[in-house]
Amino acid sequence: MLKVKTPKNPRVKRALEKRAPKLVETGKKTLILQGTKTSNTLNDVLTELYLLKKGSAIRYTRKNENIRPFESGGETSLEFFSLKTDCSIFIYGSTSKKRPDNLVIGRTYDHHIYDLVEVGVENFKPLNSFIYDKKLAPRVGSKPFICFVGEGFESVEELKHLKEALVDLLRGEVIENLNLAGLDHAYVCTAVSSNRVFFTHCALRLKKSGTIVPRMELVEVGPCMDFVVRRHRLPNESLRKEAMKTAKDQSKKKVKNVGQDAIQGKIGKIYIPDQKLGDMALPNKAKGVKRERREAKMKNDPTERASKKQKEEAV
Amino acid sequence: MESQNQYEVDLGNLLAFNHSHHFPSLPSSREELVKECLEEGTKLVQAIADRLFNLPSTEDVDGPIVTLPPPTTKLPRSKHLPKPKPPTKWELFAKKKGIKKCKKDKVVWDEQTGTWKRRFGYDRVDDDRDVPIIEAKMTDEPGEDPFAKRQEEKKKRVAKQDKNRLQNLKQAAKVGALPSHVQLAATALPITGTQAAPKKFTKHELGDVAGIAATSTASGGKFDKKVPGEKAPKHQGKHRKFLPVVEGSGIGSREKEQTDKVLNKLFSKHSHEILNVEKAVTAYNVKREKKQRLKHNKNVEDKSLSTSNKLKPKKQLNKKSAKKGSSKKGKAK
Repeated sequence: MLKVKTPKNPRVKRALEKRAPKLVETGKKTLILQGTKTSNTLNDVLTELYLLKKGSAIRYTRKNENIRPFESGGETSLEFFSLKTDCSIFIYGSTSKKRPDNLVIGRTYDHHIYDLVEVGVENFKPLNSFIYDKKLAPRVGSKPFICFVGEGFESVEELKHLKEALVDLLRGEVIENLNLAGLDHAYVCTAVSSNRVFFTHCALRLKKSGTIVPRMELVEVGPCMDFVVRRHRLPNESLRKEAMKTAKDQSKKKVKNVGQDAIQGKIGKIYIPDQKLGDMALPNKAKGVKRERREAKMKNDPTERASKKQKEEAV
Repeated sequence: MESQNQYEVDLGNLLAFNHSHHFPSLPSSREELVKECLEEGTKLVQAIADRLFNLPSTEDVDGPIVTLPPPTTKLPRSKHLPKPKPPTKWELFAKKKGIKKCKKDKVVWDEQTGTWKRRFGYDRVDDDRDVPIIEAKMTDEPGEDPFAKRQEEKKKRVAKQDKNRLQNLKQAAKVGALPSHVQLAATALPITGTQAAPKKFTKHELGDVAGIAATSTASGGKFDKKVPGEKAPKHQGKHRKFLPVVEGSGIGSREKEQTDKVLNKLFSKHSHEILNVEKAVTAYNVKREKKQRLKHNKNVEDKSLSTSNKLKPKKQLNKKSAKKGSSKKGKAK
């Protein structure tokens, strides 16, 4: 026997609809969590990544015993968290003797692990070690510039993978309209060697250049660190194909009342609604007037009202 | 992706990639490396800005707004594409028969009242509750309530619609196109074939079962490990003692003695004396005094006394005295 279960109130319904699969996805949420053991550096890295992603990230601060993303069976609770929080990117930090300051950046598809990149963090410089003009400090949720430098990102398989994961992580929400005055930060990733990436976060200073394009200047605001690529796992081919599907040519919504003319170009139609002069509030009929007074006025001048009624019926 | 002086620029993501840069020799110190990276970064940011600021923009209060082109970098989705909903049984039928959907007005003219009324919902037209008279027909069976019949019929129609809806939703669930806000929940396990919903157990019931389970070992759960939060069983040990029914001397005769005693009391001439009249009279007197005191106080405060208040103590008195008698009887047993 089955029973139809529907939400009891619109708030719950909206919340469920938010989580439903969409034709066009605009952004991914990030889940930041850690294993049983973390170092001080790693704690800082995780918190600061959370600060960078604030607004579209969730930080779990408890120790997680049974998360081992690369091992089979170690992803169950991770997938559960992904389902629970509706996050499709996760950053998992752990430290061990074999892999000190380990960071796993992974993505999920339909709340199952899609791919994984494991990096070690080195030469970490936290946010508060940078001194700069606080007016330049990036605002939460603004769209960042992302720069990748180095041929390693194209030639080396691991770095190529890391680049894709970083783009997904850093790009923020996909938007159509962008306010140029709101551009205030940039991420710079440089492939230093075949397995090392230098990552830094900069604020932008827009200087006048005489043209419409301002001259850009980067001011390091941190955090900055080195990623040393360790293990990585690419998605299997069929899953990749499935996940890369996009909504085919969305049916364009018909624009009403706008047409094209060969000579005049764009032509729009405007419908002016009936002005309804009869319904307009006259000063002697205003609601503010006391009822007795209003009625007295009506009594004195009943002809006006009657005539109007007739008119309406005629229409 | 278009290349502009060897940079790959994806304007939708504000992303730029310099794939030709190569460190000839690794910078000796960290500062040098950072400096070079920033320089390279500045060039790339400038390249994005060059194209971004040249896009047609509209002025807004907060600043110029440009429309970004869609991102060119392909990234995986986070969830599958929404699946199209399969047509319902009615939709299939309507298509086969060529039935077109026609829009109906929200309000309908109600001839009974001579007003416009909603087609459905509160205060609807032709509401069952608004029909005061149903004219008798030749086909009517005697002894049948036409109002009840109407209601019954409506209930049946609603139930049928619910059934159809469930069927269609099941069909949609099969292809994974269930609407996001609808869940199909199992009300019973299909294996057992029971129609009724499984009973939900309360906290106390579960506790009882747990207690029984915990004390079902040979030692009565004495040596078992306690589960955290487990409470000690409430009623332990014997509750009732039964005397041996086999006749004999000593303890064997006590059972007979007990029953004899009770029977004698009941069958005796003065069985009415079981009621302790003295005690009952005292209780009655105490009650009356109390009532009078209360009345007096009330009169001092306000001179009117409600009838219900007058009645109340009397009632209590009766109850109490009756109880007294019965309890006495119980004791005698």
